[in-house]
Amino acid sequence: MEIQRTKSLMQRGKIGNCTVYCVKTHRRRLRLPFRLVSSPSIKFEMMWKLGFAFLLVAAASICEAAAIFSPISEAHRSAALELFSPAAGMFTSLEEASESLRTFEVLGIEIGTDLKDSTCKSVVDALSSGSPNSKDLYYALRVSSVLKCKISEGDLTGGVALRLKDFVKDAKSLLDFYYSIGGLVLIKDQASEVDVLLEDADGIFRSVKDLSQSDGKWRYNSNNPESSTYAAGIALETLSGIITLKSSEIDGNLIHALKKDVVKLFDNVDKYDDGAYYFDDQFVDASGHQGPVSATSSVVRGLTTLASTSGSLNIPGDKILGLARFFLGIGVPGTGKDLYYQIDALACLDQNRVLVPLILSLPASVLSITSQDKLKVKVTTVLGSTGPPLSVKLMQVFSSGSKDASIINKELKFDHKEAVHVLDALPAGVDVGEYVFAFEIALSDLEHKKIYATGGRTKVPVYVTGVVKVENDKVEVLESDSVETQQKLDLPGKNDVALAANHLQKLRFSFQLTTPLQNPFKPHQALLKLRHESGVEHSFVVGNSGKLFETTLDFLGLVENFFYLSGKYDIELTVGDAAMENSFLQPLGHIELDLPDAPEKSARPPAQPINPYLRYGPKPEIAHVFRSQEKRPPQELSYAFLGLVFVPFLAFLIGLLRLGVNMKNFPTSTIPAAFAILFHGGIAAVLGLYGLFWLKLDLFTTLKTLGVMGIFLMFVGHRALSHLASASEKVKSA
Amino acid sequence: MVKPATTKDDAHALFHSLRSAYSATPTNLKIIDLYVVFAVFTALIQVAYMAIVGSFPFNSFLSGVLSCVGTAVLAVCLRIQVNKENKEFKDLPPERAFADFVLCNLVLHLVIMNFLG
Repeated sequence: MEIQRTKSLMQRGKIGNCTVYCVKTHRRRLRLPFRLVSSPSIKFEMMWKLGFAFLLVAAASICEAAAIFSPISEAHRSAALELFSPAAGMFTSLEEASESLRTFEVLGIEIGTDLKDSTCKSVVDALSSGSPNSKDLYYALRVSSVLKCKISEGDLTGGVALRLKDFVKDAKSLLDFYYSIGGLVLIKDQASEVDVLLEDADGIFRSVKDLSQSDGKWRYNSNNPESSTYAAGIALETLSGIITLKSSEIDGNLIHALKKDVVKLFDNVDKYDDGAYYFDDQFVDASGHQGPVSATSSVVRGLTTLASTSGSLNIPGDKILGLARFFLGIGVPGTGKDLYYQIDALACLDQNRVLVPLILSLPASVLSITSQDKLKVKVTTVLGSTGPPLSVKLMQVFSSGSKDASIINKELKFDHKEAVHVLDALPAGVDVGEYVFAFEIALSDLEHKKIYATGGRTKVPVYVTGVVKVENDKVEVLESDSVETQQKLDLPGKNDVALAANHLQKLRFSFQLTTPLQNPFKPHQALLKLRHESGVEHSFVVGNSGKLFETTLDFLGLVENFFYLSGKYDIELTVGDAAMENSFLQPLGHIELDLPDAPEKSARPPAQPINPYLRYGPKPEIAHVFRSQEKRPPQELSYAFLGLVFVPFLAFLIGLLRLGVNMKNFPTSTIPAAFAILFHGGIAAVLGLYGLFWLKLDLFTTLKTLGVMGIFLMFVGHRALSHLASASEKVKSA
Repeated sequence: MVKPATTKDDAHALFHSLRSAYSATPTNLKIIDLYVVFAVFTALIQVAYMAIVGSFPFNSFLSGVLSCVGTAVLAVCLRIQVNKENKEFKDLPPERAFADFVLCNLVLHLVIMNFLG
């Protein structure tokens, strides 16, 4: 029974199934003996309920992350000037011109008269040309409404209005309706004498409303089943335009149904953790619009226009505030189109008939205890203009990482000169570190609650910095737990200690960190670094217990880590944190370590990074040593032997003469004689060719010439020798 | 009294008989023999030069010596083919042998000139 009771109590805590289950448990309980349902148990039940409810609320409030949203600033103005400055002094299209000019108008940027004149001229050209496109007329009218161009001359506007009315009659898709009706509304604002009222406003309203869907989105035309939130925004704007232009009353039920559709649209809104609400389209449609910025901006524009024409809509304040936060959370967009969407939506939200969001921002979110900064809070509209009279209270302060918060409930003083709310002194117990401050805005005039959206508790992250004191800092060398040498340090100032230790001793290093409020402080980084003279480094994290930071290096265990490198090690201490104003990285001095020699198989120390200039820079120049000349003999000796070589040749010639050489066999008749002479000449020529080859020719030319000469020589030689052979045959036979 | 025959007398007698036998050889063979002796002597002078100054550049020395030796060898082949007492080459006309000698010499000297450097 005990188990049953606890289970039913747990079930009761659930929101949603309470009704059904509660009844069931009641019935079961009534069956039980009556004495169990007694007063102590009822009190216990109530406590459980309250406790559970509180836990859930606390959990829900913590789930929302803290973020700072600031209203439009100078950064947006300079971005607009950069993104929208027209190339070559003219806008490329009227659509671009309308976006740029609307952005400049909201941000209060003036444009030059040359640009104004040239743009007005293109507006007049577009309006007077017989363009079959309602889009061009619409953008031309938008540009002229910002620049206040003179378009009421002649019957220009009258003619345009008639054409737009024709477009409305022939319109089939949502965008056709949008451009034509939007154009007529703009003409109504600029040239009030022109008749722009629509005859069948009710019918047109119905035909636009037909494109809506049950989930709150709109289709672009009846053929295409794809729907988007961007289209919903356009449709709302179109419908509010129809309401403005009506000549006869539109059925009140239609408007009522439309307002319900708007509320349904908000059922699909997406949310970020920091409280920003946005609409997202899943696809890219024909006009190329995509993404949450364009979709959300279109919806904001649509619903603010609708609210201004047909009374307020029932949309909760946190959602409106969420939409404003989304646009402010973008920061400064990078593209012109996104900037236009952001600025246009914020301008619509700045003064609208639904609820005007008020933004709480901090000009400075980092406070310094040392310079006794005061916390300043600004509450403005999204464009930065002052809000209604109100008071700001600091409700809670959460310290980072912990869920519990101290409840403060202190009101901030309003400084009229600077229009900021100032907190005189930081709450007690706010020390150096990261905090989340929860503020609540209370409007002075209760009527303003229907006009402005303030949004319950706003959480902002605040960083408190200060000077952290370092005390009791000393470094010691221990010999089996007894202090051998001790040196006091002066952190965070300069130090230069000189210690010596061997591998049997330990090095102990300790200090204390205290915040300005005398609390212990744990910094993000507390590192001790030892660097060997060869460049090998070892880092150690300094652990802490409460205030005391201490690390003991036992060299006996670290010998292998240090790669057995003995020598001088430089000591360096780093203590740093984002909230610490005096973070430091100080060299402390050096220590001479005497470690044993490395055994055979120990790890080598890691290679140090190579000086790139040594490796990749120019190398020392190498002087090439040439091979020394071979020793040549003296020239006279060579010449002597040259002469000596010719001696056997002379001896040969003399011998020939002695033998009685004669030329009797030389042919006498003409033709054989000629051949004989050519034969000898040919041989001489070949030998001459060889001489030339040795002196300057190469083998290829020699062989080529030799081939030619050889053939000649063969022929000539054959004739000569065959003649000689036949002559000797004749002699033999004779 | 007849003196006993000494080796010196035998050598003299051998030399004289060789000389007389040699003078019987035909003239063209004697020309070829003279050419061979000339070539060999040129080779010997080149070797003596190399012995004095060293073998750098070696290719030149080799080509010089081999040209002499090669041409001597070819001359010997010519002598064998031209010699009428050689029954093997009875049918070979001496002009043909001479033509071969000229051709082979020209090829040899082309190679020699290439190697001379």
